[in-house]
Amino acid sequence: MNRPTLRTAAPVLLLALLPLAACGDDDTGAGTTDGELSGSITVAAAASLTETFEDLAEQFEAEHDGVEVDLVFDSSGTLADQAAEGAPGDVLATADLRSMERAADAQAEEPVVFATNDLVLVAPADNPAGVTGLDSLDDPDVTYVICVETAPCGGLSAEALADAGVEREPASLEPDVKATLSRVVEDEADAGLVYRTDALAAGDDVQTFDLPERLTTEYPITLLDQSRNTAVAQAFIDFVLSSAGAEVFAAAGFGTP
Amino acid sequence: MTARSPLGRAPALLWVPALVAVVFLVVPLVALVVATPWASFIDDLRTPEVRAALWLSLRTSLATVVACALVGTPLAWVLARVEFRGRGLVRALVTVPLVLPPVVAGVALLAALGRSGLLGAPLRDATGLTLPYTTAAVVLAHTFVALPFYVISVEGALRSAGEAFDEAAAVLGATRWHTFRRVTLPLALPGVVAGGVLAWARSLGEFGATVTFAGNYPGTTQTMPSRIYAVYLDDPAAARTLAMILLLASVGVLLLLRNRWLTPGAAA
Amino acid sequence: MSTPFLHARLDVPGRLHATVTADAGDVVAVVGPNGAGKTTLVRCLAGLLPDSGELTVDGRSWSTPHALPRDRRVGHVVQGRDLFPHLSARENVAFGLRARGVDRRTARARATTELERLGVGALADRRPHQLSGGQAQRVAIARALVTEPRLLLLDEPFTGLDVGVAATLRVELARHLASYDGVVVLVTHDAVDALTLGTRMVVLEDGRVAQTGTPTEVAARPRTDHVARLVGLNLVAAADGAGLLAFRPSAVTLSPTEPSGSARLRWAGQVSQLTPYGDGVRVGVRTSTGQDLIADVTAAAVAELLLQPGTPVWASTKETAVVRYPVDA
Repeated sequence: MNRPTLRTAAPVLLLALLPLAACGDDDTGAGTTDGELSGSITVAAAASLTETFEDLAEQFEAEHDGVEVDLVFDSSGTLADQAAEGAPGDVLATADLRSMERAADAQAEEPVVFATNDLVLVAPADNPAGVTGLDSLDDPDVTYVICVETAPCGGLSAEALADAGVEREPASLEPDVKATLSRVVEDEADAGLVYRTDALAAGDDVQTFDLPERLTTEYPITLLDQSRNTAVAQAFIDFVLSSAGAEVFAAAGFGTP
Repeated sequence: MTARSPLGRAPALLWVPALVAVVFLVVPLVALVVATPWASFIDDLRTPEVRAALWLSLRTSLATVVACALVGTPLAWVLARVEFRGRGLVRALVTVPLVLPPVVAGVALLAALGRSGLLGAPLRDATGLTLPYTTAAVVLAHTFVALPFYVISVEGALRSAGEAFDEAAAVLGATRWHTFRRVTLPLALPGVVAGGVLAWARSLGEFGATVTFAGNYPGTTQTMPSRIYAVYLDDPAAARTLAMILLLASVGVLLLLRNRWLTPGAAA
Repeated sequence: MSTPFLHARLDVPGRLHATVTADAGDVVAVVGPNGAGKTTLVRCLAGLLPDSGELTVDGRSWSTPHALPRDRRVGHVVQGRDLFPHLSARENVAFGLRARGVDRRTARARATTELERLGVGALADRRPHQLSGGQAQRVAIARALVTEPRLLLLDEPFTGLDVGVAATLRVELARHLASYDGVVVLVTHDAVDALTLGTRMVVLEDGRVAQTGTPTEVAARPRTDHVARLVGLNLVAAADGAGLLAFRPSAVTLSPTEPSGSARLRWAGQVSQLTPYGDGVRVGVRTSTGQDLIADVTAAAVAELLLQPGTPVWASTKETAVVRYPVDA
């Protein structure tokens, strides 16, 4: 289990931040002592990171002329399995620690948690069933959906339901958090359990209710063994871990580790 | 390896690509067989979730074939035999689901039959019934994606059976319905059966439209492909076992049908 | 004068404008080149093609209101094979009776009787693909006759059959048709069919009736090239424009130079083709005026005149061998 190691990653994080904090210049590449960073890297990231990573990649490219960041988004488990099987790529960022463990063989360094996300209850904008919290889910007139237990959001959701003592079964176990959110946004379900970032992204389409107890998932990032451009890849990881990165994540509703 | 033909040897330009096609189709299946953890095969087959998913897949795929036959056969007949304005347009519209990504098909079904959909909302207001999350929704989703295959197959069979026999029957005094039952349909039977098998196979493997429209819950809406996907998210190895179960079940049925219907020219 | 048994004035724009009448018991032989509208005519009579015309059969109008094929009492035997391939011979013959509400047992019994009448009773349980061409055509005729049609349409019934089979079937068909009290419309491209089976002949050309009459009249005085060729006569327009001249190929003489003698009709031309014919040779001659003539000559004559396609030649015939008749009479 890597978990204890990851939990103690904060010092590493601080160290990683130092170079960027020290130099405002954009020619500072971690891993290179002199010269410009150049070339392209491929970053595989969990689907829930789509907006934030697109934003970060754009900023990163703006700061480093001649550097290109290709982004690949998919479910964490899929990306981790692909990385473990040696799929080309430089950086892997997943939505949970379990998925990251599946890529253990391909990790060039200990993964570092760069953001957290917590589970919230959402209802459609007009809240047709009058949902007020997890207790409402026991109402037979309330149709609710959660992620399937094998998806990262599913395990957390099951935990939330068990903690709150909800006994009614959900109408459907959706394959991922976006599908769960869609059910609620499209008014095909009266309630659903999704991540805060998803709820925030849905804006006025949903009403959001905090859970009585915070249930959090952690997002780790790592350099991959198969990276052909470790200098740029490391610089990108550092950038994700920087204060600029933290700002982007906070704006999207992510928490800080 | 190849039987000598009086016309000469098969040209390499044909049989080499043919070999490539066979290898391309067979290798992944062989890989799946090799990668299947056979030791746990029987145990996996016995789990209640897998049995529920397999049983649901079997029931919904058969219901889909029945639904296709009930509405698809008449539609194929109308397209093949009745001249009307906009027939080309109808045929084009009917075949659209062929090119639609299954998830889009699911979204479209939600827009039409979801609880706040075009037809779903009035239905819910009038009867309190909603379709999503029910087994009926699974059959609807399967029928939506399988029907075009069925209609195209049967229409082709009706066309190739030709109108000469319909005319002969009409002159002999048969009504169009009598002609359809006694002449047209029996002559198109091989195409009808082939269409049914296509629809069944399409239904058995359907995932995207089902999970989008009907949802995914063990026993009511979780078919084998949905189960496989859910398991794959967490444990690809276990998913391979489930895929193998589905593969064996479908190959078994196809083999049963093959001798009777699927050999070209077997049903004259 | 009473209304004839069959009175048809058929009108399909651009394809057919033809009037055909016949009395009960008549066999109307319809001849004409390909595309003349023979099959169109038959399909109109069967109700398979919409037409704007008048059609009365046995005192009933089939045109006002338009009667569907199933409501007409028509038997239709089509060129080619349209027996239902999934049904046995007996079931094929019983089909029309069953469709008209006859119970299964009666329909089967009558089908068996009809098949026996046509000499194929022993084949009742065979499927069409197990029948020879002649057998299949007998079953098709039985299928048409068993419903007791008022109008029997035979569209090239002997096409595709071996010569011997066709000859036998022709003789049998003549026997069956002799006792048939409706009207038969027989489409054929064979003069023998028209002459042996027909009581009337209708010559179609470009969708219009070019000539009608008894087969003997039409054969003796053809008014179209097609019929002339069908009955093996040369047909030319008289030089003075007053009428048509018909004469037999055996009455034509070929010579390398212009023949003398006042009582001869003569044409300069070139040999267009040579085919063996009986124990002689049939020579096609294209005249300088573009007329096609045929001449039956001996093989010795061909050798002597060194005839081959392209050879310039004079064709001539005696006035006394020519039948002269007006264009329309």
